[in-house]
This record gives sequence, structure tokens and C-alpha cells, in this order.
Amino acid sequence: MSRLRHVAVFQHEDELLGAVRESLPLGLDVVDAYSPYPIHGIDELMGIRRSRLTLVCFFGGLVGLSIGIGFQYWSSAVDWPLDVGGKPFDSLPAFVPVGFELTVLIGGLSTALMLLVWSRLWPGKRARAIAGVTDDRFALVIARRDASHSAAEMAEFLGRHGALEVWQEEAR
Amino acid sequence: MTVETRPLAPPSLIGGNKSNADVTRDVCAPLERKATALWWGTFLLSVSILLIGVVSVWYQIATGIGTWGLNRTVGWGFDITNFVFWVGIGHAGTLISAVLLLFRQKWRTSINRSAEAMTIFAVICAGLYPVIHMGRPWLAFWVFPYPNSRGPLWVNWRSALLWDVFAIGTYFTISLVFWYVGLVPDLATLRDRARGLRKRIYAFLSLGWDGSARTWSRYEMACILLASLATPLVVSVHSVVSTDFATSVVPGWHTTLLPPYFVIGAVFSGFAMVLMLMLIARRVMRFEDYVTPAHIGAMCKIIVFTGSIVGLAYATELFTAWYSGSEYEMFAFANRVRGPMAWAYAIMVLCNVATPQLLWSRRVRTSLAAVFVITILVNVGMWFERFVIIAGSLQRDYLPSAWSGYRPTLVEFGSLLGGFGLFFTLFLLFCRALPMIAMFEIKAVLGDHGQPEHAEQGSERVVV
Repeated sequence: MSRLRHVAVFQHEDELLGAVRESLPLGLDVVDAYSPYPIHGIDELMGIRRSRLTLVCFFGGLVGLSIGIGFQYWSSAVDWPLDVGGKPFDSLPAFVPVGFELTVLIGGLSTALMLLVWSRLWPGKRARAIAGVTDDRFALVIARRDASHSAAEMAEFLGRHGALEVWQEEAR
Repeated sequence: MTVETRPLAPPSLIGGNKSNADVTRDVCAPLERKATALWWGTFLLSVSILLIGVVSVWYQIATGIGTWGLNRTVGWGFDITNFVFWVGIGHAGTLISAVLLLFRQKWRTSINRSAEAMTIFAVICAGLYPVIHMGRPWLAFWVFPYPNSRGPLWVNWRSALLWDVFAIGTYFTISLVFWYVGLVPDLATLRDRARGLRKRIYAFLSLGWDGSARTWSRYEMACILLASLATPLVVSVHSVVSTDFATSVVPGWHTTLLPPYFVIGAVFSGFAMVLMLMLIARRVMRFEDYVTPAHIGAMCKIIVFTGSIVGLAYATELFTAWYSGSEYEMFAFANRVRGPMAWAYAIMVLCNVATPQLLWSRRVRTSLAAVFVITILVNVGMWFERFVIIAGSLQRDYLPSAWSGYRPTLVEFGSLLGGFGLFFTLFLLFCRALPMIAMFEIKAVLGDHGQPEHAEQGSERVVV
């Protein structure tokens, strides 16, 4: 059996949420939902896990801090100790500002980078956005797990929730 | 008697009963029509002012720093004043986009995009002045710790000037990343509306965005993380800038008050600049429904709040000077108030402390003309604050034999103007190329307007 997917386009956020809510008990898989802005509460319904970007940010920041403090210490106390106004070579308090800035820099850049990597976004990527979802439409893609639902039943289900348009496509 | 519960929806942040499609159309409209004569007029004016700056800086670099009015006593003048001023202007953008995001202040959605753009342009302007000030800007890369053939000789990590390099560099990079991440969904909207070359450019820049719920979930997390990083960053940046002064021994500079004093002044001047630009933009780009009197009122309140803290800081530094018992410290402040630059001190107090107090009045807050004039005065006042601190303190330090005056030359006035030219040129280009209002954030705010959870909070019991 080919994995047929149904795509439905809605006018309202609530209609899409209603369809998502009823899909699971019916044994339908919510493949993805598309919207012009983040819909609150859809994560739990679709079972999207909390993003692990927090870890990326934390460890990125930790790496930045270590590089910042480590390099400052190495270059001013190990590689070439220079006496500046009689201050100690390992003047750690003076290393705090640069250490902090590098924490933020590496933490922020790694977060942004992993956002793009995990979301598979890159400059010049060809978008396959469903028409209208970047404007004012909401789209839902669902698939059936088994043959318990006919294509017509699925279309009827989506139509009942207020879909403006429903079409089928092969899984890609 | 019947008790009836009637939902009371909170007042809408956006006027004109907009639908999501209206938001897209209204915000994209200025980008999709031909530039107006007004835009061309202001653009050419800005470019001309920028050219004055380019010529002045060119002449200064070709001839030498001697073309400025600096001398052995006053080594920092207009250049560093402009630097500190522009870094400060940038702060409001980060504050609006990061701090107000964390505090869930939804009214920020109408102004955050242009405020962030302003941050980036202001930091570009700020970064140029220290480089010009070096006199030999082609050696500017010496500020970075790179392996060189002189040892390698590393930079001096104990210098506040070096901290500046990292603070400003990080601030610029993170602001740019945060701004660009915030732009991606809106660039996708533009991509789906545009045709031809514009479509290809927007398609390249929008990274293949398709609005998937999985991406949105991750995206929101990334925005919160970046905001959480940007919040301490914005506080650190002007604090680090203030250490350029606070870690030195010049009376009037050597004080622990300086970091909070600089940060709050930065927020104050930045908000004034954002408000000034938004007052112009809402009229010119017909965004009256998006930047409503409620937004202007909210920003006015922040200006009067931060302006009062600035006033408190001025009083504190006078008190501390007196309380310190140090004759040099006392003299520095007596000189600031009554000395040769008393006129500049008077401008600073009038513009920064006195004028914003008018905003306590609702009548002033709702008068767009009055607010506009106040925002300009605040920016004039904040420029003078930096000038008073920098040139004023340097003129009179410990040894009367070393005292001197400072008279800026035409070349310095030219480079001061040039900064404004560059800022407004970049801002006008931004208005033509990118959506000035964060469309998806406005839609998200509209989306939950009148939703059940929202209505419940504001429900009102009506006894009939």
C-alpha cells in the first residue's frame, strides 16, 4: 500500500487544531502542520519534543567561556608574560569581560547554527511551502497508519473540520 | 437577579480590525510599490550628509589626526563622544526585542523589527569612530589577538579598550544573528508574494522556510535562548564602554557609578531614537494602525522612567563627589557645573532631566508633535552628556599647568554629521528592502486575541 498523504488547508487556527486533536484517536498520523505564525499548544498535540537547543546553547556558552578564559590566561601568563603596570600575569578579574563576551558569542552562534541544521534550513534551499501558509492559511498533512480509512473517509474527516481544500499526494 | 458572565476582551494592540491577510498586505505594501518622491528626497539628503562625513574622514586620514582639535590634554573629543553616543542608541533595539520578549510585553511586536535594525546600524556607526580615531585605520586588525611575527605579541587583556573590541564585536554579531533569525519567516512571506529577481533574492535569504510546526517549535526556543543571551549582553556592552573611563584615574571618570549610569542613559537615548523614527515611519509608510497611540504612550513612559533614573544618576555623582572629600573629585564636578563647559552641562540637564518630565502629562504623551520634539531633545541631551563627560573632564585634571581647552574643527563636525548620514541612509534602505514590522509576530498577537484562554482572564461579572 502506498503511503498516501492528505493535505488540508484551513482558514482558521482553531479548525486545524480541532482536526489535529481528533486525528490521533482515529488512528491517523499527523505528519506536519504549517502555519504563518507559531500555534501555541500544537506541540503537545503533535507530540513534538521540547527542543534540545537549550543544551546546545549551554554547552556552546561553556565552550566560549573556556576558550575565552583559557586563551587569555595562556597568552598573558604562559606564552609571553608581559609586565603591564605591575599587574599580575594571571589577572583573572580582568579576564572576566572578554570571557563573558565569548560565552555569549559562541553560545548564540551555536544555537542559531543548530536551529538551521536541525530544521534543515540553508541559504538558497528551495522551499516547498504550501500556498498561503506564509500569509494567512493553515495547512495540515495527515497519513493513515493502515488501510482502516479510505481516502474518501479522510477527505470527509478533514472537510468536516472546515478544510477549504483537500488533496492527496504521495509521501516524499 | 441574574448573574451573567460576559467575556471582556483585552483592548487590541493593533487598530483597524486587521485580519492576517491584511497584515501581510499592509506591511509588504511599501516594499512592493515604487519609492515615493519623499523617500528619494530623504535618501538623497542622507547620502549627501554621509558624503560630508566621507570627505571629512578621508581628509583626516590622508592628512593626520592633527586636523582635529585634540591636543595633549584633551586626547578624546568628538570621535569618542560619537562612539559612546551611537553605542547607546543601539541599546533600545536589543532591549525591545530581547528584554520585552522575556517579559512577554506583546506591544513590542509592532516596533521590534525596526528597533533591531536601528541597533545594527547604530553599532556600525559606533564601530567606525574608534577605527577612524586610530589615525591609521589600515592597522585596525592589531586589536585582535592573532598569531603575528612579533613573538607572537598578544594583546593586553587588562585594557578596557580591548574589552570594548570584544563587547562591541559580540554585540554586533549577536544582534545581527537575532535580527536575521527573526526575519526568516517574513522573508518567506515576501518570497511567496514576489516575482522575478526579487523572488530569487528573497528565496535565497529565506532559507527554504515552510512554516512547519516542528520548525516553529524549535524556532521559538531559539528566539528565547537568543533573547536570554542578549539581555545580559546589552547590559554588559555599555558597562564595558563605561570602563574605558571608569578604570582610568581622571577625576570625573574614576567612579563605580559609571556602568549603570551609561546603561540607563543608553536605554533612554535609544528609546528616544526608536520613537522618533517610528513617529516618522508610521506617517510615511501608513502604519498608523500598527504603531498606535498606545505604543507611543508605552514608549513615552519608558522614556520618562529612564530619564528620571538619568536625573538620579546626575544627582548621585554630584553627591558622591562632595561626600568623597577628595578635592580633585569635588573640583571636577564643580568645574562640570560651573566651569568653561557649563553651557554644555546646562543643555544636558535641561534636555535629559527636565524635558522628559513633561511626559508625565497625558496631554503631552498624546500630542505627536510634542513627543517628537522631546525625542529630538533627548538625543541632543544625551550627545552632550557624553561630550561633557569626555571632553569636559579631560580639560581640567590634576595639574593646572596641563589644563587646556578643546575646540572641535570643521573636520570633526563633518565626521559627526557623517555618522547621522550613514545611519539614516542605512535605515532608509532597510525600509525599502525588508518588512519594517514583524508580520508573523503581529499575526501571533492577533491570533490569540479573543481566544478562550484570553477572554477568561478578562471576564467580567455583570449583575443585571
